[in-house]
Amino acid sequence: MLPGIGQFLLVLSLLLAAALTVLPMLGYARNSQTLMQTARPLAHVLFITVMASFVVLVVLFVQQDFSVLYVAENSSLELPLRYRITAAWGAHEGSILMWVTVQALWISAVAKFSQSLSLSQISRVLSVLGLIALGFVAFVLFASNPFETIFPVPADGRDLNPLLQDFGMIMHPPLLYFGYVGLSVAFALSVAALIGGEINEQWIRWSRRWTNIAWAFLTMGIILGSWWAYYELGWGGWWFWDPVENASFLPWLAGTALIHVQAVSERKNAFRGWTVLLAIIAFSLCILGTFLVRSGSITSVHSFAADPFRGIFILVLLAIYSGGALTLYAFRANQLRSRDTINLNSRETLLLANSLIFITATFTVLLGTLFPMIFEAVGKKISVGAPYFGLMFFVLMIPMAVILPLGSQLRWHRDDMLAAVKQLLPYFIASTLLTVVVWLIFKPLNIRAIAGIYGGFWVLTATLGQWFKRPGRATAGFIGMSVAHVGVAVFLIAMSMTEHKDIEQDILMSPGITKQVGGYDFTFTGVDRVKQENYQAQQGHVEVRRDGRLITTLNPQKRFYPKQQMPMTEAAIYVGWSKDIYVSLGEAVNQEGAWAVRIYIKPMIRWMWFGGILMLTGAIIGLFSARIKRQEDKQRDHVMAQQLKLS
Amino acid sequence: MKKIVITLIPLAIFVGLLTLLFLNMGYHNETVPSPLIGKPVPAFELPQLYEKGTLTEQDFLGEPWLLNVWGSWCPNCLYEHPVVTDLAQSGQLKVVGLNWKDEFENADAWLKRLGNPYDTILVDYKGNVAIDFGVYGAPESFLIDANGIIVHKIVGELTPDNVQNEILPKLAQLK
Amino acid sequence: MRLFFIIISLITSGHVNAIEVYDFKNEQQRELYQELTEELRCLVCQNQNLADSDADLAKDLKDQVAEFVINGQDKDTILAYMVQRYGDFVTYNPPLNPSTFFLWFSPFMVLLLGAVILIYNIRKKQK
Repeated sequence: MLPGIGQFLLVLSLLLAAALTVLPMLGYARNSQTLMQTARPLAHVLFITVMASFVVLVVLFVQQDFSVLYVAENSSLELPLRYRITAAWGAHEGSILMWVTVQALWISAVAKFSQSLSLSQISRVLSVLGLIALGFVAFVLFASNPFETIFPVPADGRDLNPLLQDFGMIMHPPLLYFGYVGLSVAFALSVAALIGGEINEQWIRWSRRWTNIAWAFLTMGIILGSWWAYYELGWGGWWFWDPVENASFLPWLAGTALIHVQAVSERKNAFRGWTVLLAIIAFSLCILGTFLVRSGSITSVHSFAADPFRGIFILVLLAIYSGGALTLYAFRANQLRSRDTINLNSRETLLLANSLIFITATFTVLLGTLFPMIFEAVGKKISVGAPYFGLMFFVLMIPMAVILPLGSQLRWHRDDMLAAVKQLLPYFIASTLLTVVVWLIFKPLNIRAIAGIYGGFWVLTATLGQWFKRPGRATAGFIGMSVAHVGVAVFLIAMSMTEHKDIEQDILMSPGITKQVGGYDFTFTGVDRVKQENYQAQQGHVEVRRDGRLITTLNPQKRFYPKQQMPMTEAAIYVGWSKDIYVSLGEAVNQEGAWAVRIYIKPMIRWMWFGGILMLTGAIIGLFSARIKRQEDKQRDHVMAQQLKLS
Repeated sequence: MKKIVITLIPLAIFVGLLTLLFLNMGYHNETVPSPLIGKPVPAFELPQLYEKGTLTEQDFLGEPWLLNVWGSWCPNCLYEHPVVTDLAQSGQLKVVGLNWKDEFENADAWLKRLGNPYDTILVDYKGNVAIDFGVYGAPESFLIDANGIIVHKIVGELTPDNVQNEILPKLAQLK
Repeated sequence: MRLFFIIISLITSGHVNAIEVYDFKNEQQRELYQELTEELRCLVCQNQNLADSDADLAKDLKDQVAEFVINGQDKDTILAYMVQRYGDFVTYNPPLNPSTFFLWFSPFMVLLLGAVILIYNIRKKQK
């Protein structure tokens, strides 16, 4: 009964999405107010039906309805309630339904918070978003239906993958979807603008907010993913440049470029085509990433079960959305001619240079991810991994860090380049001194670590200096920018320390033995057994002391989930201000109770993620820009006045 | 016109990308090609499963042979066993086994149960020689010519199909 | 291919730490070993390096790497040994040769070309 309702709601959503695609666009083409006015109500109803189907899925999990294949495969009688709820988006089918739900939520939000757009604009935007929803609802219904039933009904389910029984993994996908889907708004705006052959300031200003929110979600999703991989996979790393990680990083890089260019194009009628193109690229990369993760065409440690039909389906969606948008771009972009000039010695130039660096980084990550495919086409195999990406990013981020303070030093419109450089001189000296001090304390440091730290101090001192020397009150835009840039600095310094000053030791420990690693004494006191709801574990005990003083006792586990016959390592981590101490348990080596133990000491790793959080905080603060708000109010009044006149 | 050409560039790149992704879905597989094709057999000195004394790569010079890597723990070696047997019994070439990462008792029981198709069985329980051959799973088979040059490698089980279309034609060329 | 691969995928078999303990002569050796096992790919896994993998083959290869390191071989020799047997696929650091020029240099071409176009565009508009 209930699965049937879920299915029905999805079919209804499909029809509503189709209506949302067709009716407002038809209205725009025929200049029919009535048809265009269907856009907003349709958007809200679509959200209700999609959301309802998602709720049905959650209820099926809560009720343990194993007649539904997806529930039977991802839940079990022993699974605690909290994981039964989150299992709803734990595997492929449910996670795509969640994507669609988030998409519908955004469409509804766009319909609500778009008073400053004219009816002709919003109907086009919502129609494009409707088309995107249509494709993904169809994907759920025809290629990954979570409401598929089985007969006979199994007595118990196969249980949720233990890796997903964890807070980080529960939050990571929804956050990423909010990011991906958020970028679809800028995409829809671009397409709508290309269809109409016009784009103006307040349109860009409007979409800039959506981009900022999307970018903030994307950043949070990536941070959580990295954090999760760090503590859950027991390998002590935080980024592997795996294709699936790259899949989420690509839209982030393009989104970063987009945010900076939007700052230019909302002020000036220049580089509008570039803004539009970046928005198309950013969202296209979201779909491309989904393809890479779910088609099985790339070898990744995180991939979902591969299914060629799903792969083809997403590829077709990609062809329609991105191919369509880029075709429109090819023939219409020239109508978005820029009228304003840009001075070479201005903040605008530097922001554009930033977008160029980030789009090059996007290109590099994409190239590295897909290059093995090119090799495979001629029957050869190659691996492209961390050594390649690490080196390329090191080289590409040097100009980024160098010009960042210059960009925020230069004034809009026109400035004196030489004077700006002179004003940066104190920061240059300060950061040089700080880098030397750090080097003296932590030497030896290799060239990359020094460069990273130097870059970090350069951005940090300049950002702080510019903050204190600013004329007048700080606007939300300025605060947001400063916070985000401090985040960049914190990330650079912390990442350099974590990557180059970490300690890793694999050692054999017998009970009672003490070993020294990185200035800490680790005493192994043995292993005992623990039993939890749905797993058993062997739990080791390691006391950590510094100069005889007990700092913490770490209890790493080796778990076994009987339902899935799956072993798991659970690292134990001591979180300190300046470093993490990380212990994970290997195998029992002999009968006397000796175990192989891996110990990591990771300096500043938390600060790295904190840097990311600062970046996204900056993006959110930027939303409250009074200047944008003032102009939006003006525009809304203008739109309303026009509507009054029409009626 | 010139302007359209410029704005067409992103679309062109995208179409190329799409084509790559689409084609890759067809040809993507997990097999790692061997860099040893056309190169001499790596030097080895290995004991045998049933005979005394060790053998080296020199002992196999003079006629083409097939080195079949297997283990009693390997499910797909079971699938290919009849094919290996047929090939060995056809007398077209010498089939040599490399018993990899196994234990004598298990290997012996496996052969007693299914029959022993091999002319000779070399033993590599530590796995060092297998690394020299670039073995990364079982079963794998190497076709080696009379001069000790590796001519072809099959990753995964031998099947009537790949014996007919790969091994035998390559063998015919050698003669 | 059916069940041929000893696939160590997250989906089917969980994630277990593979911790091997070797007696290195000094700190440099330990670091070299860590560097190598991070750079070398576990061939039968779904995209993991040797250091993270608990596959049987990965263990054999780690043993081999450790043996070479303890015997005092340098990084290039050990990498060459692996590449000779398993091909370029075994290292995450792609070699620099004509077939990979595009991989290594095209990003800089993109950056350079982009910079030229950007400056040209700005200049053109100023006039």
